[in-house]
Amino acid sequence: MTDTAVPVTTRKDWSSDQEVRWCPGCGDYSILTAVQLMMPDLGAKREDTVFVSGIGCSSRFPYYMNTYGIHSIHGRAPALATGLAVARPDLHVWVITGDGDALSIGGNHLLHALRRNVDFTIILFNNQIYGLTKGQYSPTSESGKVTKSTPFGSLDHPYNPVSLALGAEASFVARTHDMDRKHMTEIFRRAYAHKGASFVEVYQNCNVFNDGAFETILAKDNRPTMLVPLEHGKPVRFGPDLEKGVIIDSNGSAVIVEVSEVGEDRLLVHDESRVDPSLAFALSRLANGPYSPTPVGVFRAVERPDYGSLVQDQLVAAAARKGPGDLTNLLHSGTTWTVE
Amino acid sequence: MTDTVTTGHKLKTLDRVVIRFAGDSGDGMQLTGDRFTTSSAIFGNDLSTLPDFPAEIRAPAGTVAGVSAFQVHISDHDIFTPGDHPDVLVAMNPAALKAHLADLEAGAAIILNSDAFDERSLQKAGYAADPRVDQSLDAFKVYEVPMTSLTLEAVKPSGTKARDAERSKNFFALGLVSWMYSRPPEPTIEWVAKRFAGNDMVREANTLAFKAGWNFGETAEVFESSYEVKPAHLPAGTYTNISGNTALAWGLVAAGHLAKVPVFLGSYPITPASDVLHELSKHKNFGVRTFQAEDEIAGVSAALGAAYAGSLGVTTTSGPGLDLKSETIGLAISLELPLLVIDIQRGGPSTGLPTKTEQADLMHAIYGRHGEAPLPVLAPCTPGDCFYMAIEAARIALKYRTPVILLSDGYLANGAEPWLIPDVDDLPDISADFEFATEPNKVMPDGSETFWPYLRDPETLARPWALPGTPGLMHRIGGLEKADGSGNVSYDPVNHELMVRLRAQKVAGIANDVPLVELDDPDGIGGADLLLLGWGSTYGAIQAASLAVRSTGRRVASAHLRYLNPFPRNLGEIVRAYKRVLVPEVNLGQLSKLVRAEFLVDAMGLNKVDGLPFRRIDVQAAIVSHLDALESRNGNGASRAAEEAL
Repeated sequence: MTDTAVPVTTRKDWSSDQEVRWCPGCGDYSILTAVQLMMPDLGAKREDTVFVSGIGCSSRFPYYMNTYGIHSIHGRAPALATGLAVARPDLHVWVITGDGDALSIGGNHLLHALRRNVDFTIILFNNQIYGLTKGQYSPTSESGKVTKSTPFGSLDHPYNPVSLALGAEASFVARTHDMDRKHMTEIFRRAYAHKGASFVEVYQNCNVFNDGAFETILAKDNRPTMLVPLEHGKPVRFGPDLEKGVIIDSNGSAVIVEVSEVGEDRLLVHDESRVDPSLAFALSRLANGPYSPTPVGVFRAVERPDYGSLVQDQLVAAAARKGPGDLTNLLHSGTTWTVE
Repeated sequence: MTDTVTTGHKLKTLDRVVIRFAGDSGDGMQLTGDRFTTSSAIFGNDLSTLPDFPAEIRAPAGTVAGVSAFQVHISDHDIFTPGDHPDVLVAMNPAALKAHLADLEAGAAIILNSDAFDERSLQKAGYAADPRVDQSLDAFKVYEVPMTSLTLEAVKPSGTKARDAERSKNFFALGLVSWMYSRPPEPTIEWVAKRFAGNDMVREANTLAFKAGWNFGETAEVFESSYEVKPAHLPAGTYTNISGNTALAWGLVAAGHLAKVPVFLGSYPITPASDVLHELSKHKNFGVRTFQAEDEIAGVSAALGAAYAGSLGVTTTSGPGLDLKSETIGLAISLELPLLVIDIQRGGPSTGLPTKTEQADLMHAIYGRHGEAPLPVLAPCTPGDCFYMAIEAARIALKYRTPVILLSDGYLANGAEPWLIPDVDDLPDISADFEFATEPNKVMPDGSETFWPYLRDPETLARPWALPGTPGLMHRIGGLEKADGSGNVSYDPVNHELMVRLRAQKVAGIANDVPLVELDDPDGIGGADLLLLGWGSTYGAIQAASLAVRSTGRRVASAHLRYLNPFPRNLGEIVRAYKRVLVPEVNLGQLSKLVRAEFLVDAMGLNKVDGLPFRRIDVQAAIVSHLDALESRNGNGASRAAEEAL
């Protein structure tokens, strides 16, 4: 770590020697490719990079990166990565997780990692299904979904992961999808650069157990009318001719309108740095699942002290106040007496 | 007993005394006991304490359920337990009397706060009649002291309001008992001055109440004598009074210092383990990071993540938390990373008895994970030993890259004893027991060099520990089975069997690296007929009982295990050398089962699970019964009556 120069690397340097074993056609491949292609450009060193995952298809990801990595247990990746990131602020930690891993069994850890603002980058592969266990509904599956465990339709109301992250006051929240490497790369790059917890939801197709889950919004021809790109400082507009836009109505809800009907001035100008998360939350509620126009991009990017730095500050302050730890003094810090 | 006369009172010298302070949860009995203990420690007595408090923070006032007590045993000689029966019971209200009367032997002294014995309080305590006027206290020396009204009168000059003033009555009781047992008053007065430095009124009130209690003893013609317990002849050195939880926390700080790695504690609050988290949180200037996690699982997971990155990862918990951590401990076994898991055992199952002690997590510690998942299990035997066993557990975890479970319990955690403070230079340099990987360790057939995370040290079988940040040693580990050597994911059945056996062999091999178990048999191995085999916090009661039995001229041997998995190498030889092995445990028989399974020895149990530690007399009575049975069998092969009576 004394050598500060970052060597020039290629995708090959960031790829491990392990055979990638996702199903042919899985959306995970395009996310892996995006990350491996991006890493050489980030100015990161492989030895200072750690990928931590839980359990699920997406969680095999660390095995394919030629970095440090831990494939941990179901749901616990954010907790394990918290210890890692807090103990070693010099490392860059990525958490790779899925909708079942992060939102079901590990929901608690995700919320707390986000609220604490631990300095790591969470990539949530959302395919709205349990793939590794062969096709049960997940916490993001739509209500009524027929799966092996719900032959008469799921009764669960699904989570919106972006709303959840905003509710936990995550300092960086974004959404992208596996059909657009350029967009993914841009979002991942932003997430990497953000100090604190970055949360990125990636819509990812499971072509074996939930094929076409995002077709309504992600089919090439549908994207112009169904994806609402969020760009900082710009009015929220979409449509082939940007004829549609988003306003905040008198109730505080985000609503899709015809720009020609309301006028450009009424459109919501996206401000990702807004400290109050309620407008970002309203945007996240525009679509309750990938069936209607859905915002993609950075919902929120605010500066807030990260947890590991705060921990470090306390250590430094304690040492300044009390002097460096002295074991002999500690052992004599209570009432003592001497027996001759 | 020797008598001298001072200030109108006789001063009698005792070799030991057991005092129990009992009152309502809000009466400050733990504080009172703690202060009495500290003055006794400074005075030079040997001592042992037993705090006993309810799980509720404030159970309904005045009820038996809400009684909180603190027992302290002080002596002029080496002692091992907090005492079997109190010689003096200080009862601040009727409920305290009711809750503890059964523990007194005839002739014991009871000091009552007579102001608290009104009709309503008697009723709340469930007394149909005032025990002071019926015959129920006839067997005891009863001293009625109107503590509440005397306290109110005494603290008037401080200007404290009556309701607040009443709260100083525990200091009145402390002053009175301090006088009775000739404790120096200065340490308490100084402590009050320091503790309440920011609150003049409270400081003044407590000081006045303490002095009033002292003066009441000296001047009122209530007590015929006061007592002294002379200092004990402890080994020379500097002492401090230490509880098991504080000793554990200091041991962890020391372990990080000695290993030259930062300590990372991931923990979730749980009784009776929280005090370790509290204590460690104070020592950030040692570079100790403490993380209060969102739950037990996150606590251990964060500790494991920190361990991967080069910290001494520690998690502290009690039984219910250990249940939750099991899966992560299994991951640590698979990852082969150092991790300290500290379980302060309490009564179970489920929420059980949060504030009471038990030793029933032994099997859970050794076997409580799915799959073949062995790990070392250690147990301290006294509060002070918690310090050394924390260091030892860290040494084993770091050297063998394995999770280690350290089993303390509620009795050790909250109990206190004088502790001879070690010289830091005499503590082991555990940094010499391990090193971080810095270089590739494998040459591939094509001549290239690479790093194999599961290429083991041939002697310890530990895998290399390569920290993130080390160039060239990037590697991936996880819970899926690894290929021997390369550490790549492997589903090969032959490899799985090899890895299961290697992990077991690594842990079993630690037996060669821990001290032999010490046998205490004055006649040499097999000299006595009966061996007492204990572990953990039963040490004191077993020691005291063995000494008591030997003082009657009978023979008994004892051995105490601090290493439960793997067992010390000589344990088999020892347990096989005795006609009978008796295992006292605060559970229904867990170590006894392990000994039977491991050594085919007919180990017998002495078991109880009443939330309290063994008393000396419990163990002593069992020893005597077993010795009688063995002798009757020796003397007359046909007579088994005595034995069957057991």
